[in-house]
Amino acid sequence: MTTYSHVEPVGHGEHHGPPEPHYSSRILPATLGMYLFIASEIMLFGSFFTAYFFVRIVNGVAWPTPPYHLPVFVATVNTFILMTSSATMHWATTSIKRGNVWGMRAGLLLTFLMGLAFLIAQLYEYLRVGFNTSDGAFPTIFFCLTGLHSCHVFVGLAILAFMTIRAFRGHFSAEHHHGVEIGGIYWHFVDVMWIVVFTTVYVL
Amino acid sequence: MRNPLRSEAEAYRFLGVVIVGAALIIAGAFINTWLGVAVAVLAFAGLVWWLRKEPVPGAADHAPVLASSTPPGMRRVLVVAPPGTESVAVPEGADVLVVVPAVAGGVETLTGSVDGRRADAEATAAVLEARLPGARVEVGADDPGLAVEDALRVFGADEVLVAGDAELLGVIRDRVALPVSQL
Repeated sequence: MTTYSHVEPVGHGEHHGPPEPHYSSRILPATLGMYLFIASEIMLFGSFFTAYFFVRIVNGVAWPTPPYHLPVFVATVNTFILMTSSATMHWATTSIKRGNVWGMRAGLLLTFLMGLAFLIAQLYEYLRVGFNTSDGAFPTIFFCLTGLHSCHVFVGLAILAFMTIRAFRGHFSAEHHHGVEIGGIYWHFVDVMWIVVFTTVYVL
Repeated sequence: MRNPLRSEAEAYRFLGVVIVGAALIIAGAFINTWLGVAVAVLAFAGLVWWLRKEPVPGAADHAPVLASSTPPGMRRVLVVAPPGTESVAVPEGADVLVVVPAVAGGVETLTGSVDGRRADAEATAAVLEARLPGARVEVGADDPGLAVEDALRVFGADEVLVAGDAELLGVIRDRVALPVSQL
């Protein structure tokens, strides 16, 4: 339902300042932007997962191809780190909604540190995994999928860094915390993608 | 359908749902590969069903109580005339705005190929403008409900009259909290 309590007919009554912005569309620009972003991400990850499907299912390439082994233990620990970081991100957002500024700061800082730990562990895993992209289809897909996700984590860390700095500078309050909300959505999205990558690449 | 990334809280909840789904798929796949595939299909279908079932925030809210901004003694009427309408009977003495929505089909809307429909609406608007001296006639959005919402943002109507069929009447009644009747 649309509210009309603020409708002031043109040419009647007094009106100060420019009119409210009006978007003659079925969808708000912010929502449309989010949909376009999700669609682009689905296509991006989808292309890599399609390659994974053809390599592993259609062509029957052994996964992992002997004599290589996937570092499942490190990836599992990384998964727990990333899932915990989502919990702290949610804690940060919940805190600032209640006006708890220090809760938000602690939550953001912990999220950033855990994201950084994930990325460092991932890079360390790359160094000691024992294969490279030139060693066949399996390593190529492995690095492409996990590397694409790591790029998203890196972007998320950059966003988190800005959010944390702004949080410590007092830019957010119970009334104004849109920056924390948007960053939180992105971080959870990155974690959702990791669940999919972890399940398909490491576990199944 | 609800956007699972609408807010941080909903994205966090969505993450929990994805974790549960992934755990079920892994458990199924460890028992049998095809069971894992079946669980994956079911989990995906369940996820889509859940997102479609979830109510959109605010959709169930009650209609707001309206206070008319029209000065005493004046009556403002918004008339919705779909393309092809040749004439409408507007109330005498009323301030009238006629909106002709450039009604487009689903594919046309999705592809943005609405130029032809807009031309039809402009032709209808020209005809109505010539036959309704004193009334303003405008072309609206391709969705009749949206065209009415657009018009009401700049024209504080007291009522909406629809020069179309019952389906169009229902569409507009669902979108606005004003008296809506058929011409």
